[in-house]
Amino acid sequence: MATYRRIDVSKLGEVSVVKFVDKKILEEAGIQELGAELFGLVELENRKTILLNFSGVEFLSSAALGKLITLDRKVKANKGRLKMSNIRPEIFEVFQVTKLNKVFDIRGEESEAIAAFTA
Amino acid sequence: MKHKNSPAAGTPAADKPAEVTAREQQPAAWQCIIDLPSERGISRLVTEPLLEHLGAHGWPPADIFSIHLAAEEAIVNAIVHGNKLDPNKKVHVECLISAELARVEITDEGAGFDPKAVPDCTSEERWEVPSGRGVMLMRTFMTRLEYNAKGNSVLMEKRRD
Repeated sequence: MATYRRIDVSKLGEVSVVKFVDKKILEEAGIQELGAELFGLVELENRKTILLNFSGVEFLSSAALGKLITLDRKVKANKGRLKMSNIRPEIFEVFQVTKLNKVFDIRGEESEAIAAFTA
Repeated sequence: MKHKNSPAAGTPAADKPAEVTAREQQPAAWQCIIDLPSERGISRLVTEPLLEHLGAHGWPPADIFSIHLAAEEAIVNAIVHGNKLDPNKKVHVECLISAELARVEITDEGAGFDPKAVPDCTSEERWEVPSGRGVMLMRTFMTRLEYNAKGNSVLMEKRRD
């Protein structure tokens, strides 16, 4: 089991639930490290079913969006599934204006996202 | 018509309705002029006091998020794309925060760029490209966004609704 500094990973059935350690995800907050840890879930640990739970995340800049897009592509290439949940309204607006809400599978609460994996 | 903030000249605050008192007790406009080195992660030298003063001037959390996002994107663009992380180049930042207006002007020492030439990140073929969203976010989340002719300086404003 890998050790992470930027994310907390727990297992709920088959789903790897990922929470973010930093409240503000921007360039200075070790975003390269965050990306490397997220990509490692797919490339090193071969996790197929991943939920990013954004509860506790108050701010996110476009540098973070880039990492999420790359993660989404890596998960899809690995024939896995990625969903996101618990995104606060201001951050959801960032996803909307950049049309990333059409790229990502975004659910309201964690329980809805978990249910959607098994549906 | 915007309500202009005026001091409560000699009037005892206790006689005023609570909301009016809060409005009139806003601190004077805050100004900040700083030259940042072109280093990653340096934007907090501006964004931390900026957030503090937006809060002190009573801006709502959603607006504070917008202004923080726009300032962060613009400073990162200036450092990374404008000055290309050149340690000999500075990013000049000027901020003005009052209860009605937030203005941030950011100038780098780079060659400038044409903001109209940035590809539309919302077009379907670019949805999955991991960069190129900063300017669009700045434009969406601020009331006004203007580049100078050279394209190395951006002026952003948000007006309080």
